[in-house]
This record gives sequence, structure tokens and C-alpha cells, in this order.
Amino acid sequence: MVFNSPTLEYSLLAPILIILAGALIGVLIEAFVGKTRRPIVQLAVALTSLVLALIQVIRIRDLSSTTAAMGSVVIDGPGLLFQGAILIIAIISIFLIADQDNFTSSAAALPGSEEERQATQSGTVLTEIYPLTLFAVAGMLLFPISSDLITLFVALEVLSLPLYLMAGLSRHRRLASQEAALKYFLLGAFSSAFFLFGAAYLYGYAGTVSFAGIHAAVVGGTGNDIILLLGMAFVAIGLLFKVGAVPFHAWSPDVYQGAPTPITGFMAAATKVAAFGAMLRIFYTVLGEAQWQWRPFFLVIAIITMIFGSLVAISQRDVKRMLAYSSIAHAGFLLTGVIALNKAGLEASIYYLFAYGVATVGAFGIVTLVRDSSGEVSDLNRWAGLGKRSPWVASAFAFFLLAFAGIPLTSGFIGKFAIFSAAYESGATSVVIVGVLSSAIAAFFYIRVIVLMFFTDATEDGTSVVIPSILTRLTIIISLAITVALGVFPAPLLDFIKPLAIFIR
Amino acid sequence: MTALLPLIGAVLLATLPKSAELRAKQFAFGTTLVTAASAIAMAVQFQRDNTDLQFVEVRSWIPSFGINYAVGIDGIALVLILMSVILAPIVILAGWNEAQGGRWSVKTFYILILVLETMMIGVFSATDVFLFYVIFEAMLVPVYFLIGGYGTGERSAAAVKFLLYSLFGGLLMLASIIALYVMSGDQGGHTFDLAKLANLEMSSTTQNFLFLGFFIAFAIKAPLWPFHTWLPDAAQSATPGTSVLLLGVLDKVGTFGMIRYCLTLFPEASKTFTPVIIVLAVISIIYGAILAIGQKDLKRLIAFTSISHFGFITMGIFAMTSQSQSGATLYMFNHGFSTAALFIVGGWMIARRGSSTISDFGGLQRVTPVMAWCFFLAGMSSLALPGLSSFVSEFLVLVGTYTRYPVAAIIATVGIILAALYILIPVQRALHGPTTPGNENLPDLNLREKVAIAPVLAAIIALGFYPAPLLNVINPAAMHVNSQLGFTDPVPTVEGK
Repeated sequence: MVFNSPTLEYSLLAPILIILAGALIGVLIEAFVGKTRRPIVQLAVALTSLVLALIQVIRIRDLSSTTAAMGSVVIDGPGLLFQGAILIIAIISIFLIADQDNFTSSAAALPGSEEERQATQSGTVLTEIYPLTLFAVAGMLLFPISSDLITLFVALEVLSLPLYLMAGLSRHRRLASQEAALKYFLLGAFSSAFFLFGAAYLYGYAGTVSFAGIHAAVVGGTGNDIILLLGMAFVAIGLLFKVGAVPFHAWSPDVYQGAPTPITGFMAAATKVAAFGAMLRIFYTVLGEAQWQWRPFFLVIAIITMIFGSLVAISQRDVKRMLAYSSIAHAGFLLTGVIALNKAGLEASIYYLFAYGVATVGAFGIVTLVRDSSGEVSDLNRWAGLGKRSPWVASAFAFFLLAFAGIPLTSGFIGKFAIFSAAYESGATSVVIVGVLSSAIAAFFYIRVIVLMFFTDATEDGTSVVIPSILTRLTIIISLAITVALGVFPAPLLDFIKPLAIFIR
Repeated sequence: MTALLPLIGAVLLATLPKSAELRAKQFAFGTTLVTAASAIAMAVQFQRDNTDLQFVEVRSWIPSFGINYAVGIDGIALVLILMSVILAPIVILAGWNEAQGGRWSVKTFYILILVLETMMIGVFSATDVFLFYVIFEAMLVPVYFLIGGYGTGERSAAAVKFLLYSLFGGLLMLASIIALYVMSGDQGGHTFDLAKLANLEMSSTTQNFLFLGFFIAFAIKAPLWPFHTWLPDAAQSATPGTSVLLLGVLDKVGTFGMIRYCLTLFPEASKTFTPVIIVLAVISIIYGAILAIGQKDLKRLIAFTSISHFGFITMGIFAMTSQSQSGATLYMFNHGFSTAALFIVGGWMIARRGSSTISDFGGLQRVTPVMAWCFFLAGMSSLALPGLSSFVSEFLVLVGTYTRYPVAAIIATVGIILAALYILIPVQRALHGPTTPGNENLPDLNLREKVAIAPVLAAIIALGFYPAPLLNVINPAAMHVNSQLGFTDPVPTVEGK
């Protein structure tokens, strides 16, 4: 048997490699750098590798439309755009993650134990979070450019495993946090199993795991359609789980609530970009010709996701759970972009993902600021009167909410307009009408929070806004600036996306 | 350019310190005065016989969707812009102290007012449907904060009700706009240009649905029965100044939109739905008037009279004769001023008495004669007394409607009789009769208040005797709208010939 050594295009893979290198250096820092200097060194390494990776993504944008690593990954315009979006979101969130108040000092200590108390008193800070973040980012970068089912699965696991861990690291309410992590892990494992099951069927159908091969088999139409259907369905379930579409959403409110808030923001934003990136690639390029089989299924999923997310969000009393359901509704809006199945739909989805991701990180950044003596206050009732005490923080949060609601002159409006018009263009009128109606429902609960912050008098219970650290402030200001800019002058980004938004197989 | 003046003012105002309340007021007042002057200068240059859009300005905004920053005005838009910019300084001067007692600083109040003024000018001058929609929706935000932050009573509930109603209508309109956009892409390139969209070819079913998307949004805004329920709450809770801008200007966006967008974009569907709309308009006229008679609260009363007036305007628009069309636009202008007068004087009465219940007033004619006369005059304008401006417009609307829909016009005339009731009853209770205990020492209008109300009353009287300057501007534009629809005025027939 002869083995050929694989050829690897290092410059094309460099963004992922840089991040992985950064992560490994991070692990070494944990071992060799003193406790006191660790946080700053780790932050510097993480930030440097993210920025370098972003620069490399920008540099290789002209080399796109090629496959790399023996056809395992494909470097094309949309792939690079997804990578760029993930890296920018990661850079914004790393500042938030660097605000160490949010993480437990010693993840291994039992909650409430003597060990935990000692760790907290000694002022130890948890710096493993940086390499974990970088590993997750590496998986996310690989996910939307994978070009065969095996790579896709590896990327899925690489991005998920660190997130399972990170969800359990909250400093306050540690039990809830650990419960969230366990839930996320178990359900995530289930969905991975579904995904693998589907991948096996697709392999059985096409006789190959490569996307090009599966596409050829779908076009040829020689295989067994039932096997194709099963494969598509199970792979779709695995991906829909990751984006939190109904009925595969059950994990997300608990995990959003339990996880440390910076991680929630990062996870909500970046995972969505990666998972929708992969989903768009698979359903646009590989299974595009089988649209008659999957589009009706997605149509139903999108409709129930939008309605369910918007309706259930109304009854939430906890800001993080509310944002979780809002993110479910947004997953529904994004699914209309998948359903559109045209170039406008792809462009709109990329724009929407970026705009939504940035606003999400910013909104969760603000959630970290509202605290009382025992930590973050996510109970909405206690947000009453925030507008009076800290007008700037409340105004910023209100602005993010208006962006989620899709009020004009925010990025969310342009995204919604683009994605709905793409879906309408493809003939999916029903989904557009439901989308518009559920936007109206969604507006209700966003506005309720604004009413609470500005028009309700505060209860005297010591909820206060901490003075944001420079890093948190940076996160919020950058996300705010991007959200405003994309709302008022979306043209540059739209023009930038347009020529790049072409998938290759 | 005029549109940007208040915005620049708002940005400058934001830099002032919070404590400089007086400076903030003076600055905001100055800005609105300059804006008004610049708009009047523009009006002078306006060529009134030219039915094309004037002062056209087009800049590319979001080229990948074919969206432009495109503005331009015709006679109808000009009149409404004039009304907005003249009312703005009057509102600020009249309600000099109304920002006190709000949730936030006085400065914020004036920033919101100035931002709102920019959007009011923008919404009337936009000729790009997307730009119009953006402003249409975005202007909800400052109004929402003005009602919720500076109003009285159940202000936050009223603000939310207002916002949700408007957003719901807006989203229906968005669905229609998306459909127009996609269709324009199929027929020669994506665009939002009003003139190009007007030439789209679409099936009558599509046209009907899209028309409804736009019309319901505007009917909520303008409040037409049965979409009106948010208005009385909002008007009751808002400060008098905000109410003037809300009822006087913002709600006009609804009736303006009916002319500019419903009629222009969907001429066939407009004709299809005309009978229904005329019926709704007549119901609004009667229903608003009857409910107004029963109101105990002064602000709610004015709100219900407005519902009745908006019925007249809508009827005039959809009767589609040249008189009714011109009359409707003139009505919008006059209603702006007469409502402003009612709310401003009513606001002063309420502020002095500390109550807005009509029965708490009484004998004001003796105690505060100037204020009472002002309120009387404003009320007379609202019931369209001949010699006052609203008479001309109401007459035009009724005559114009009669030539095409005589029954509707006759029933609507009943509204005028009811109007006499809903105005004369509060006038009698509040101004005449014995002085209610506690009213003896109410102060009369001071100089600032006299200066503020004088131009409004002057306009009401002057335009009642000599409406020609406005009609000369409106008529060509109104004729143009009707001729685009292919409507000519019905020839009057004489019995027996």
C-alpha cells in the first residue's frame, strides 16, 4: 500500500493554524508563566493571534475560489467572509472575556466548598479561558469552509468541546452554570450523534464523504432517494441544534442563562455565524438540487422557530433568557435566508449574521455591567429605572434592542429587509409574512424592556451598574459603533460582500 | 438642506451642559426659527404652476439595493413642510416650561423635538420609498420618548400603545415595500424610486394586497376608524406641545402617505377600495364627533375631534375630485393650526387649573378674558365657522365629495352639526357660567404666551378670508394627482335637462 503525503496550502490554512498556535502557546503559558503576569500575557497572545488571523484572512481574499488540503476545505468568498466575521466577533468578545470578574477562580473546586473559598480569597484568576476560546474559534473557522463530512464533523467537535467547558465557568451561581454546561454537553453529544448518523447515510447514498461527490450523486439522481432524505434530515438536525432552531432549541435558554455572560455573548454570536455558514454551504451547494425535498421542511422549521421564539420571549422575566428566546427568533429569520436559496439570500445572510453577532456581543456586554452585591442581576424587574441611574448604559442597551427589533437606522433593519426580500424573491411569501408578523410580536418584548428601563421607577434594592472596565467599555463601544454604522451606511459592507458571495464546490 | 438644520441644532444642543436649561430652550427656539425662515425662503422660490417635483436632490445611499437619498417636493409636500416648520417654534415658545417634570433633563426634550423636526421635513420630502419608510418608522422613537418621558398620567402605557400600533402598521407596509422591491427587480432593475415604482406592472390581486399594506399603515397613523384607539390615550398623556406635533404634523404623514403612496403607486386598487374607505371615513367623522361630545377630559375631547377631522381629510382624498383633493390638503394645513391652537390654549388652561377635566373649569371668560377668547376662536376654527380657515377646506371637501358621492357628503354634513355641539358644550362649561371655586385667581396670558398664540390665530383668520396663496400652490399638485389617476371631475348635471 502506498501512502501519498498530503499537500497542504499553508497560506490558505494560515488563519486556522495561527489560532491553533496561539491556543497551544496559551496552554504553555499556563504552565510556565507566573500567576500574576498570566492574565495580561494570555490576553496579549489571544488578541495577537486573532488579529494576525484576521489580517491573513484579508490577505488571502484574492486567492479565494480554490480548494485546499486535498479538497478537505474550500477557500471561497463566503467562507472567508464567515471567517472574517467570526474573527471580528471574537476580537470584540475577547475584551469582554478578559474582564475576569465573570469567571470562577477555580473551576475544579466544588461550589460552596472550602477549597473554592480559598481560591477566591487568594485572588486567583482563571486564564485557561483564553486558550479554550481560541480552540473554539479555530473550530468555528474550519466549520464553514469544510468541504467533506469528516472535516465538518471534526470542526463541529473542535468548536463545541471548549464551549461545553466554558459554559460551566461562571463565578456566580456556579451550580446553575455547571448544570447548563452538562445540559449543553449532553444535548450537544446527542446532536453530534444525529449529525454523524446523517453523515453515514449521505456516505451510503453517494459513496463518498466529499461535498463535490455528494453533489454529483444528487445531480445524477442514481442513488436511493430514501437514504438521501434520511441523511439530509439527520445532518440538518445536527446543524439546526447548533443554531437553536425550534424544536431543537431546548438547550439554549438554560445554557444562555447559566453560562458566564461574556461566554453567552460569544457563543450566541460566533456559533451562529459558523453554524449558519456551514448550513448555507451544504444546502446551497451540495444539496441545492434536492431543494424540493428539504425546502418545505425548512419552511416549516423557520415558521415555527420565528413564532415560537417571539411568543415565548414575551413571558420571560430574566434578561438572559429573553435574549436566548430572541436569539431563537433570529435563528428563524436567518433560516429564511437559507430557504431563499439565491445569491441575494446568501449576501443577506452574511450581512445579517455579522450585524446580529456584533449587536449580541454588545448587548451581553451590557448585561455583565448590571450587578448587585452578589453578582450579575439578570432579573428584568430589577432593571427597572436603569435609565435614570445610568442613562448611557441604558441607552446603549435600548439601542441594541432596537437593532434586534429591526427599527430603521439600525443594522438589524437592513439585515431584516435584505433577508426578507431575498426570501420573497425566491417565492417563499408565506415565510416573509410570518417573519414580518413575528417581528411585530418581537418588537413588543424588546420595547417592554425599554419601558422598564426608562419609564418605570426603580425599586430600592441596591441594583447598580458597575463602572465598566476599559476592556468592557471597548467591547460595548465597538459593537455600538458597528451597529450604528451598519444601520446608517450599510453600503460599503454590502458592496464588499456582493462580489465575494459566490460559493464554489 | 433645510431638513438638516434642526439636526445640526440637535447635535449642538447635545453639547450644552445639562444645567443650562434656559440656554437649551433659547437655542432650540432659535434653531426652529432659522429652519422656518429657510423653509419660507424655499417656499418663495417654489414655482407653483410647475407640477414636477422641485428642489430635487438625489444621492446614492445603498447602491446594492438601489436605494437613494432622494428628496423633492410638490405643492402638497411644500404646504405640509411649511406647516411643520412654523408650528415647531410656536410649540417651543408656547410650552416654554412643559419639559419640567419629565423623567429626563430639559435639554433631552429639546433634542428630541429637533430630531423630530428633521424627520418631519424628511418624511414629507422623501421621494424614495425606502427612505420614506426609514423616516416613517424612525420618527416613532423620538415621539415615544416624548410621550413616555415628559407626559402625564399613564404616560408609559400610552407611549407603548402608540408605538406598538404604529410598528404593526409599519411592518405591514414593509411587507408591501419588499414586494415592490422584488417586482421592480424583475422589471428592469431594483429601485425604490417613486416614479419608477408607479409604472410597475402587477396583477390586480397583487395590487390590492400591497395597497392594503400601505393603507392600513397610514390609516393607523392618520387614525381612521377602527384603527384609532391609540390616539386619545396618546394625546391625553402627552404634553400639549407633543400633542400638537403628534396630531398636527405626525398624523398628517398618514393622510399625506395616502395621497403620495397609495394613490400614486396603486391607482387601480385605490379605485377598488374607494367605496370601503369612504364608508370608513364617514364613520370616523360621525363616530369621532359623537365620542367627542361625551368626553369629560379636555385633551381627549380634542383627540376625538381630530378623528372626525381626519375622516374629512380621508374622504376628500378618496373622493378624487379636484376640489376635494385640494380641500383635503388645505384641510391638513388648517387642521394643523386649529388643533395647535386648541392644544396650546387648552394646555395653558390645564397647567393653570392643574386639571384637565372640563367640569373643573368655569367662568374663565371673566377671570382670564384673553385666554378665553383665544380658546373660543380656536374652537370656532375647529367647528369650521365661516370666515375662519377650516371653513374653506371643509367646504371644498364636502362640495368635491358631493359631486361624486352625494350620500357620503350629506351624512358627513351631519358631522358639522355635531361639531357645533362638541365645541360649544365645552366652551359653555369652561368659559361661561359661574366661576368654579378655585378659579378666581388664575392668571391671564403673559406676553410670551400672547406672542406664541398670535401667529396661529392670525393664520386661522387670514386664511379664512384669503386662502388663495395656499390654494394656488396646492391646486396644480392636486390636479396632477387626480390626472395621474385618470380622474376628471364629474360634470354637474341639472335636473330635467
